Order: sequence, then structure tokens, then C-alpha cells
Amino acid sequence: MKKYVCNVCGWVYDPKVGLPEEGIDPGTSFEDLPEDFVCPECGAGKDEFSPED
Amino acid sequence: MNITLRENIDWVGYVDWTIRDFHGYRTEQGTTYNAYLVRDEKTALIDTVKAPYRQHLLRNVLALTALSGIDYIVCNHAEPDHSGALPEVMAAIPNATLVCDQKCRAALSGYYDISDWRIRIIASGDTISLGRRTLQFVETPMLHWPESMFTYVPEEKLLFSMDAFGQHYATSQRFDDEASLSNIMAEARTYYANIVMPYGARVAATLKSAAGLDIEMIAPSHGLIWRSHIPEIMKAYGNWALCRPKPKVLIIYDTMWDSTGEMARAILEGASLPGVEVQLIYIRSSNLTRIAAESLDAATIAFGSSTLNSGMMPMAAAALTYLKGLRPAGKAGFAFGSYGWGRGGPEAIDEYMKAMKWEILRDPLKARYRPTAEILDECRSAGKLLATKAKDLAE
Repeated sequence: MKKYVCNVCGWVYDPKVGLPEEGIDPGTSFEDLPEDFVCPECGAGKDEFSPED
Repeated sequence: MNITLRENIDWVGYVDWTIRDFHGYRTEQGTTYNAYLVRDEKTALIDTVKAPYRQHLLRNVLALTALSGIDYIVCNHAEPDHSGALPEVMAAIPNATLVCDQKCRAALSGYYDISDWRIRIIASGDTISLGRRTLQFVETPMLHWPESMFTYVPEEKLLFSMDAFGQHYATSQRFDDEASLSNIMAEARTYYANIVMPYGARVAATLKSAAGLDIEMIAPSHGLIWRSHIPEIMKAYGNWALCRPKPKVLIIYDTMWDSTGEMARAILEGASLPGVEVQLIYIRSSNLTRIAAESLDAATIAFGSSTLNSGMMPMAAAALTYLKGLRPAGKAGFAFGSYGWGRGGPEAIDEYMKAMKWEILRDPLKARYRPTAEILDECRSAGKLLATKAKDLAE
């Protein structure tokens, strides 16, 4: 599973870690995040993320 | 007024003495929009001012140089209080090249018609030589917008830090050693709390990387320029970035018939222990700006509201909505308030505190219609708990 980077602020979503404080379990791929997922750092939407190189 | 930072580096901004409402931020002491002119073999204007003051900016620049002599206009931040004058400035200086990062161009194109502007996109590490001096760019995303950037002049050990280290503070002086340091620090704290607080982790990382820069002067885009008290503001930013608490208790409340007010005062009584600072804030006689500033370095917070229409009072909701967005980290506290027949005020506050991931010290403390003597005793005990916890957290 790939890490994804927020294009706006640079925050990285790591599927291994998930985002437990927002109810997203470790092991959740970026693709499986809900469509209304927003960057916890800056609030940008899922479409503002790109796969990490 | 001394406006000279270094030889041929001058302040050309605008002092806004009378503003009291800056997009909702209560600017009790006004503000300044700082722009700077660096004259060398090439000349660069660092940022502009809010749109209504563009003529003041141009006049200040003209007193130092002909407009046609300006080669670069650096935009460190696209927010309109610094970019508002750009359309007029770019029109007045058609030969100038606007220097900004990719995200800044995107933001500027959202605000203005930039189709005629000559733009040079730079990124972190890029430099532009002006002759004797160099402009070196450091992108600082989310400090406090995505495109925020510092411009550093290594030859002068001078950092144009944009909104970081700024203060909304109108003064006739321009330097930190010319005005009251306690006032400057108080306004810097209020500014940090209201503008920068959500991005503490970024601030900490930026401070770490800035430690590699040799800095003798920090010129922010609001307020006074730091040259004599850089260690003090750096240390303060280090503490604020971590929301490091002082042994300080806040009691914030709104009330209809003073039942919640009576509870607040009993909590205050209980919390007033030696070595602990306690502040009582009645939301409707205070303002969101102050509530944010006082929350920044408080360790524990009791937040109260009467129950109105099965929820909390609207100004209490406004304060909590604002605080939640600012993400004050590591606080502990509890909710309190009165109710009549329906429930909902203190419970709604409790939900907010949980959403902010504060440590909840007790269930919501509630009184029906009027707090009884027993409830007031409970308030005093809860106040003592806040004070004790505040001391623990501050250690």
C-alpha cells in the first residue's frame, strides 16, 4: 500500500498507521478512505493528495 | 521615525492605527503591514500592503527610488493584507518580476487577474543575487498558509519572516528595542494563538531548520522588527509551538440568570491556590481573540454555559468552534453549567472538549435552576482539582 502526500501542506498519509484518532484503522489503504476524508493538518480534500514518490 | 534596517534596506509599509476588527481578530492596538525595500545593484520590494494603503506604499518607495528602478517584487504570502496592493504595484512597475512559489502563484491567480504579470517561480533553496546581497527563499508551508515563505538575506543575517514572529501592534517605532517589550511579547502571543496555533508542529520543525541560519534581525510582516530580543521571541515560539502550559487555570463561561456565573465564581474560589494563575472570562464581556490568547498557555480550562434551547448558549458555541479550529493541544478540563427542564448545555461542551482530545477531569458539573450550597461546594472542589492538575501539567 502506497503512502499519499497532501499537495497543499505536505502531510503524509501512511496506510500502515492509518488515522486512529479519526476512526481510520491501521492497514486502511488511501483508496479505501471515505470520499469526505480531509487532511488532518490543513483540511484539503482527498483529491488534493498524490502518491508519494 | 527610523525606517532603516540595514544600509539600503528600508521599511516601506503602512501603520494602521485605527483598525480594531481584522477579519474578526480584535486588534486592540491596531496593526502594521510591513513591506521592505532592498536596494542594491538590483532592487527588490519584499511584499506589499493591504489594498486601501497602496498609495502609501508607493509614496514610501518613491521617497527612496524611482519605481522603474525596481527589478523584483517578492510575495512571501498571498493573503490580501500583504498582496492587496499587488495589482496596482504591478501596473505601476511593469518591468518588475514577481517572485513567488508555485502555490503562491495559484493563490494570487485566485484573487487577481495575473495574466499580464511577469512571474518567476522559485522554491526552497533558490536564490536571487541583487549584487552585494542575495535573496534566499525558504518555503514554510502552513505557517500559516500553504504558500507561506521566508526570504533570507545571508549577507545581512536578516530574515523576512512573513507572518511568523509578527504582532498586530501599531507603533511609531519600528524596532523591538524602541517600544515596550512586554507589550510586544503580549501582542506576539495573541498573534500566535489566533493565527499560528493550529500549526505548532510546523513551527517546531521550522524553528529547528531556522536554527541553521545565522540571524541578527527578523523582519515580520506585522508589528515590530526583532533585533535586540530575538532569543526571547525564539524561546516563546518554542514554548507556544508545543502549547507548553503554565500553571494557569481558565474559567470561561456564558450565563443567562447568573446560575452558571455563580458556579464559575465558586470554581474560581476553589482554583485560587498559591502558585497558580487563575482567570475568569465571561464570554460576552470578552472576545474570541482574548479567549484564544489566554488558552494558548493555560494548563486547565473549565468551560461553562447555561442550557438554552437544549444546547449551549450561542456565544459559548462560537468560542468553542473557534478554539476547536485553533487546536490547542494537551489541555485538561471539564464542562459546567445550569439547566431548567431540558438538558444539553454542559453536555454539548463536554462533547467539544472530547473532540479536541482534552483530558476530561470529571463529568459535566450541573445545577438545576440555581446551584445549591452542595453544588457550589462541588464547584470549589472541582476548581481545586483544576489548579492541582495545572501545577502537574506545568512541571
